[in-house]
Amino acid sequence: MAVMTYVDAIRDAQRQEMLRDPDVFVAGEDVALMGSSFGQTAGLYDEFGPMRVLDTPISEGQIVSLGVGAAAMGLRPVLSLDFCDFLGCCFDEILNQAAKMTYMLNGQTSMPLVIRANLGGEINAAAQHSQCLEALFTHLPGLKVVASSGPRLAKGLLSQAIRDNNPVMVFEHKGLNGMKEEVPDGEYAVPFGKAEIMRGGGDVTLVSWSKMAHKCVNAANELAGSVDAEVIDLVSLYPLDMDTILGSVEKTGRIVIAHEAVETGGFGAEIAARLADEGFDYLDAPVKRVGAPFTPVPFAAALERNYQPNEARIVEAVRSLFA
Amino acid sequence: MELAKQEYLSLYETMLRIRGFEERSRELMLEGRLCGFLHLYSGEEAVAAGVCSELSDEDCICSTHRGHGHIIAKGGSIPKMMAELFGKDTGYSQGKSGSMHIADMDIGIVGANGIVGACIPIANGVAFALRYKNKDAVSVAFFGDGATNRGTFHEALNLAAAWKLPTVFVCENNGFGMSTPPSRATNNKYLSERATAYNIPGITVDGNDPVAVKRAMAVAAARAKKGDGPTLLECVTWRHHGHYIGDPALYKDPELQKKWLAPEVDPIPRFEKRLLSEGHASEAELEEIRGRVHAEIEAAVAFAADSPEPPPDSMYENVYSE
Repeated sequence: MAVMTYVDAIRDAQRQEMLRDPDVFVAGEDVALMGSSFGQTAGLYDEFGPMRVLDTPISEGQIVSLGVGAAAMGLRPVLSLDFCDFLGCCFDEILNQAAKMTYMLNGQTSMPLVIRANLGGEINAAAQHSQCLEALFTHLPGLKVVASSGPRLAKGLLSQAIRDNNPVMVFEHKGLNGMKEEVPDGEYAVPFGKAEIMRGGGDVTLVSWSKMAHKCVNAANELAGSVDAEVIDLVSLYPLDMDTILGSVEKTGRIVIAHEAVETGGFGAEIAARLADEGFDYLDAPVKRVGAPFTPVPFAAALERNYQPNEARIVEAVRSLFA
Repeated sequence: MELAKQEYLSLYETMLRIRGFEERSRELMLEGRLCGFLHLYSGEEAVAAGVCSELSDEDCICSTHRGHGHIIAKGGSIPKMMAELFGKDTGYSQGKSGSMHIADMDIGIVGANGIVGACIPIANGVAFALRYKNKDAVSVAFFGDGATNRGTFHEALNLAAAWKLPTVFVCENNGFGMSTPPSRATNNKYLSERATAYNIPGITVDGNDPVAVKRAMAVAAARAKKGDGPTLLECVTWRHHGHYIGDPALYKDPELQKKWLAPEVDPIPRFEKRLLSEGHASEAELEEIRGRVHAEIEAAVAFAADSPEPPPDSMYENVYSE
């Protein structure tokens, strides 16, 4: 085990999987000579050369299509799309091509494709560089969707995504780039579909993913003494570990789902609907959601401070369940 | 490049098979035996036949919503494709794809595509994989004139040129992007002019002459395999029918339609005449091919009609790979 940053863990996952499988290659804007905007692919070009680490033109549709064509032929592309906001430039390629190819071809080929993109705000990057768009991709059969909350999971999930035979949207959070944590050495993959309990508790369940999971832990610590909160990091949105959520709510009877994305139509809505269907009898209080308001992400620090869902709002939501 | 007699006959047979398949499908649709969208390739047969006559099973194609001709020319199975149009369990995708998404990975058909222009950059991904695996093969993107106005076309030509990918871009200028002719959608007289912007060869050929297409394709494929990069090959042809069966194509100029359907322009009677006049085939040989192709298509229809429906639960299969 070595302590490494989130960015280094992402780089290490790609390196380990490239060493493991010669069919893995990395492509995207600025991944080779620059090593990506935050260094997530630094050094890979020097180690693996120009055939396996490729700077592409700023052509997002072509980047994803490069992956779709190459994956159909049996390669394992790892594509860097940088900010998730840019996924709008290649939405057809994700939703109509990557997600549906295996189905339309009835399994004649698989689509082992990884699309990496970063979520999140709080760096004053305004409306087109700060969004959390993960929910859009959970609506598309054929895709898997994962989001890491720290270096260990960043490495484990990305490695797993590269080994998976399906297109996987791997969402990282730029606000976690400097976070350090112990990460297993060498090859390390974390299976999808298994949520992690970050903090045990018996009074209320806090469900989250990505960076917001840490705010839930902070909120739980703040509540400690009066309310004993359990914090669940979903880790993967599809496949979704509903069992862990239901198991926790059966115990606590109360739940707050917190995410950085806009609350309306966010993935919290899906969890709430599933709870209403599958966990209604466990609930002693309404299902609460904490998310961003229905506006684009504002620029000014004074505005974004109030925009971003925070510990205070999570605490307030929890308290309202006990009022 | 002199063609052997068998090459002439093979081009003819491929074109005839495509026309036969398309016109039979049209009848079946009008009889109510087929459903969904059918975009017929009739009139454009010389393009698929000419291009694919230069390809082996190692070479790959990415096709369009108007893809039956490409699949037939690349060697796809007529019964499996007809069964797919019928939505039967014996179809290429067990009824999951219908007309627009047929693929046969074993012979390099990486898939037809219902989104205009989507296959062009995917063909680059295929070309990249061929290079990655050191294959002496090319990747062909088929697309219509309409697709050349999508960003995907430009992104793809740029990348293939920059990376010198073994891609051949085959533009079938069939006169219409659905209803809109290129003259109303672009400021280019020839769509091949667009190659200049990417510093690659662009040529326009008579897309109703399978030999002209074949010769141009041979040059483009050789260039691609040598590592010199892509070519944009514009084949000028004409879509005989509407955009799909059910489109009466009232926007077509009747004079132009008449001109393009005349026997001296329609690629099939035109090629027949040439085969006979240049002595590449006798009328008896052509008749033998016609009979064989007709029987083959009728057998495919019977196979499709007699095949079982897919089991309902198969809907849930192959959403994900293991």
